[in-house]
Amino acid sequence: MTRLEDVEILLVEDNPNDVELTIRALQKQNLASKVFVVRDGAEALDFIFATGTYAARNIENRPKVILLDLKLPKVDGIEVLRRIKADDRTKHTPVVMLTSSQEERDVMDTYSLGVNSYIVKPVDFSNFVHAVSELGIYWGFLNKLPY
Amino acid sequence: MEKEQQQADILLVEDNPNDAELTQRALRKTDIGVHLALARDGAEALEYLLGGQHKPRVIFLDLKLPKIDGIEVLRRVRADDRTRSIPVVVLTSSQEERDITECYKLGVNSYVVKPVEFEKFYKAVGDLAIYWLILNKSPL
Repeated sequence: MTRLEDVEILLVEDNPNDVELTIRALQKQNLASKVFVVRDGAEALDFIFATGTYAARNIENRPKVILLDLKLPKVDGIEVLRRIKADDRTKHTPVVMLTSSQEERDVMDTYSLGVNSYIVKPVDFSNFVHAVSELGIYWGFLNKLPY
Repeated sequence: MEKEQQQADILLVEDNPNDAELTQRALRKTDIGVHLALARDGAEALEYLLGGQHKPRVIFLDLKLPKIDGIEVLRRVRADDRTRSIPVVVLTSSQEERDITECYKLGVNSYVVKPVEFEKFYKAVGDLAIYWLILNKSPL
């Protein structure tokens, strides 16, 4: 389990299969040890804002990227995104939607809220692994953060 | 401005002819058939986007540019309803904290420092194009 203060990739995903596949893909880039998984939008907000069960976490230790599903229990992905981008302490953390939705409305809404990138989960197993692996390289190594 | 018949996938805003040439070569190498529009300064870029009403799928933006600098281009792109959702990746040699912070404040999608080494630069441009044109879904 990744130490709470060392998290580089926060994965917000309720589907256990997708969690498993995502972690396996990130292992290839040696990023799996830096991933932390939360399974609904409320837990994501607690982690990100260091509240509730994550109150002991230092909010200043920001992940390099948040991979965010849209359809989530309790609080949906759009609302999680809205809160991240509305708060000065968290708005600069890159957020990538990783979702099965191809709806133009979801794409438009998330870009309007300031999402950094929107990726449709490939249906095919090997394409999914490949996409996550590219994602990991991009946000883990290529992108430069302001913190 | 190099006019393109087809709507461009990428608007590259770059005044250094060597970097522009290298970027174009790296894009050709990716085999994804990229349509590129090149703007050589910030004024050309804004004219292309706001005057010409073009909507590329991604903008690769240098920071130090003649006439209007990259930060100001980013600010105006984000301030205009027609362009505010277009993904913008700053591609620059600047590693200055001030530039990085300012770009994120203005809502840049990603900030990439140009690798100095030729081979690495070449690879980074290819990776960038694949990420933003194949993997990422841009708003219509």
